[in-house]
Amino acid sequence: MSDPSLPPADLPPALGGIRDEFLALEQNERLMLLLEFANELPELPAEYADHPDLLERVEECQSPVFIFVEVRDDVVHLHATAPKEAPTTRGFASILVQGLAGLTAEQVLDVPDDYPLTLGLTEAVSPLRIRGMSALLGRTKRQVREKTAA
Amino acid sequence: MTVETDASPAFAGYAHPERLVSTEWLAENLGAPGLVVVESDEDVLLYETGHIEGAVKIDWHTDLNDPLVRDYLDGAGFAKLLSAKGISRDDTVVIYGDKNNWWAAYALWVFSLFGHEDVRLLDGGRAKWEAEGRAYVTETTTRPATEYPVVERDDSKIRAYKDDVLAHLGLDETKRALVDVRSPEEYSGERTTAPAYPEEGTLRAGHIPSAQSVPWAKAVAEDGTFKKTDELDAIYRKGAGLKDGDSVIAYCRIGERSSHTWFVLTHLLGFEGVRNYDGSWTEWGSAVRVPIVKGTEPGAVPAT
Repeated sequence: MSDPSLPPADLPPALGGIRDEFLALEQNERLMLLLEFANELPELPAEYADHPDLLERVEECQSPVFIFVEVRDDVVHLHATAPKEAPTTRGFASILVQGLAGLTAEQVLDVPDDYPLTLGLTEAVSPLRIRGMSALLGRTKRQVREKTAA
Repeated sequence: MTVETDASPAFAGYAHPERLVSTEWLAENLGAPGLVVVESDEDVLLYETGHIEGAVKIDWHTDLNDPLVRDYLDGAGFAKLLSAKGISRDDTVVIYGDKNNWWAAYALWVFSLFGHEDVRLLDGGRAKWEAEGRAYVTETTTRPATEYPVVERDDSKIRAYKDDVLAHLGLDETKRALVDVRSPEEYSGERTTAPAYPEEGTLRAGHIPSAQSVPWAKAVAEDGTFKKTDELDAIYRKGAGLKDGDSVIAYCRIGERSSHTWFVLTHLLGFEGVRNYDGSWTEWGSAVRVPIVKGTEPGAVPAT
């Protein structure tokens, strides 16, 4: 847990970069960027596609979204899948998959919980839908904690 | 300018066939002067992945709902929205969307609150359009701005507030009907939320006393189109006991699926005075001192 008396740490470069990309755009261009992210969401690796039991359902999202977190040599790998009829949810998942790529467990746990609210998407997407992304982040962190518990 | 209605024999049995268009009709009439196609989805990005050529997007969250107060936008807001979308007061508006047209029906109901006269649903929505291999485009449509007049909302005819529902419960039971369109588990009180929508939970579970359970999906066929009149009569008149002359209120959790049922009861079966209680269970299930019943039976309204 970060010490609240210290100044907030900067975001890891990938997450900060994504945030800056969104904020540099006009509202409707931000939606297009979210769609680009949605289209970039990689397919699940075969070992997870064939083992749906390993995936955690993100209940807070209105569309079926499943995640799986691996921690290998202290590096976190987030895998996520969502149907193509749910591009908003795919976009959220893709932002996190790309933003968290290569981070250590501690860095992931230090990502501020309100990161989804800082992307400038609340007006275009609505605060209720953004909660889906907060839930994705929250569950990812929880899986990281579970998988790094001694 | 109003576009001609779809005279398809498939709609002939409905009370108001002019409220529906088929995919064939729409494909033939795209681009007709006086026609505006509107897409309204649960997912705010679905339109961008591909939409019917010429369609404009109207989103229930960001466009139709007031951002501060739990209510719809006012007359000035609606005029500004429709002017920006290039819709005129006398245009024929055809609305379609995902999820069996839940959000399209909701948008149509909101358009009806403002008295936009000619608004119709595309039977089968996105699912049917795609299943038939019809084309989508990705270019965002821009229509020249119009001057839609400021018309104040009229909530009295097709919208019910919580107090209206309480007053409704006081009517003679032979003259009133309540239709709960949620899943059986929500109706009985086993769950406070529908499986995929945990954000819309409440403090208490169950249903409004005397409500009949008619899950919304009973009104649609496999392909997302509305069932025919004889099937709908069996469900609503026989099954749920609705009679002409009843005062009817429909509800769900936030009023979008019940607007789908409102459409069925009003425009397909011809019931008059049907109202959508949009506060629905997210309001009733957390409201202080309103009567609630659990279990599979409608239950009785408690004597006051």
